[in-house]
Amino acid sequence: MAYSNKVLDHYNNPRNVGSMDKSDPNVGTGMVGAPECGDVMKLQVKVNPETGVIEDAKFKTFGCGSAIASSSLATEWLRGKTVDQALEIKNTDIVNELSLPPVKIHCSVLAEDAIKAAISDYKNKAATKTEAVASTK
Amino acid sequence: MKLPIYMDYHATTPMDPRVFEAIKPYFMETFGNSASRNHSFGWQAEEAVEKSRKQIADLIGATTKEIVFTSGATESNNLALKGVAEMYAEKGNHIITAATEHKAILDTCKRLEKHGIRVTYLPVQANGLVDLDMLKDAITDKTILVSIMYANNEIGVLQNMAEIGKIAKAKGVLVHSDATQAVGKVPMNVIKDNIDLMSMSGHKIYGPKGVGALYVRRKSPRVQITAQMDGGGHERGMRSGTLNVPGIVGLGEACALCQAEMPEESKRMAYLRDKLRSKLESQLDEVYVNGTMEHRVPNNLNISFAYVEGESLLMGINDIAVSSGSACTSATLEPSYVLKALGAGDDLAHSSIRFGLGRFNTEEEVDYVADKVIDVVKKLRELSPLYEMAKEGVDLTKVQWSAH
Repeated sequence: MAYSNKVLDHYNNPRNVGSMDKSDPNVGTGMVGAPECGDVMKLQVKVNPETGVIEDAKFKTFGCGSAIASSSLATEWLRGKTVDQALEIKNTDIVNELSLPPVKIHCSVLAEDAIKAAISDYKNKAATKTEAVASTK
Repeated sequence: MKLPIYMDYHATTPMDPRVFEAIKPYFMETFGNSASRNHSFGWQAEEAVEKSRKQIADLIGATTKEIVFTSGATESNNLALKGVAEMYAEKGNHIITAATEHKAILDTCKRLEKHGIRVTYLPVQANGLVDLDMLKDAITDKTILVSIMYANNEIGVLQNMAEIGKIAKAKGVLVHSDATQAVGKVPMNVIKDNIDLMSMSGHKIYGPKGVGALYVRRKSPRVQITAQMDGGGHERGMRSGTLNVPGIVGLGEACALCQAEMPEESKRMAYLRDKLRSKLESQLDEVYVNGTMEHRVPNNLNISFAYVEGESLLMGINDIAVSSGSACTSATLEPSYVLKALGAGDDLAHSSIRFGLGRFNTEEEVDYVADKVIDVVKKLRELSPLYEMAKEGVDLTKVQWSAH
């Protein structure tokens, strides 16, 4: 399969790879996918509780090049956005930006799901103000 | 060393230059139809075809009259299964095969099932081998054929054909073997191996594409098959159609070269393959060889790099041509059914790479491939949430995944 230059760029130079402390009340973690399906994305956002702005975003992805690129792109887009703005990111935006072919659309869906899961995790934490339970447990 | 490196010899092989030389005159000079009985053009073509028959027969322990030329192993497999099912319909309607067979066998069986044939798909053990006791139990008085591949195209595992043949023979059941990946790679003899029908292909053994053969036993027992192609009655009535003389010459020459060079070549393949494996295993943790190493063609290494998805690995080693069992690399978006049949789990199928070494690979290439794969696997594991979790001691099988 031929990859677009943008997919290749994200694959070769993935942005914002890494992990943040899951127990930090300002960090929201989303983990979507399953190993037997061939892709798992972990996406984390660190939110400034005063402003609601995402100050940092990190990802780790097990999956094909398009899955890696989709999550890498997502972290780029998340930084500097407010939590509410982040929820407006649609999988189709990712498809267009990376020129994903039809068979790779599920990678973008997964990235959108990961964003939603991370934000929802942060919001739950903010609401309860209790020590977060790791989303994977 | 030239890039890209080809290490996908199970998919196809480049033609050996010696084969190419042998074929060349049969396009424009010796172009006759081997069925033309009345002039020298036809006689010369027939002579070339008979020489090829002898070269093939010698390699597999058969006689020339037992070789039927086809367009390739897929056609040979179709002809064997459909031809036997039709010819022996009065004797029975049951065929036994294995879950790890090539699609040319499995899909042929699927079609036969629509026409009243009952098919048993034997599972394989974790090492890739058919359980002989299960085979014995599966045979009924309606069984007409056991079709088990000689060597698997993904994991290279060699089935115990001699024992399989013995079991079938004792019950009067015919044995077919798809030997596409084994012919020319390991010594074989259809008599010792108790094989009644056997498929092979030209382009897997440095011969041309579009040519193959089916061995059909003539003595004890005399096997008959119903032709699946109607026409001029070529190939003793088993396969009509003007013979592909250049292709056939190439197939014969390829067989002769394999036979002459097998002792040395198989040693060299095993050395390179084992070097590749030990390099990978010395630099990477959690790599798993799929299928037994004990019974395996010498040029195959199928290995899973846990926590790394196969297509992303292929993307990182894009100057190396290999294959993956990952869903993303398959047309069906399903992970390899062969690896799934080993019971290792879908996640390891997604993480598998098939290295198929061949005649023109060098040690320098093997070193380059090993270093590159190690480098990219390490990089992708840095990116892998699964690797991180595994290192933290999380049991990945206990995690509640959000399936999609």
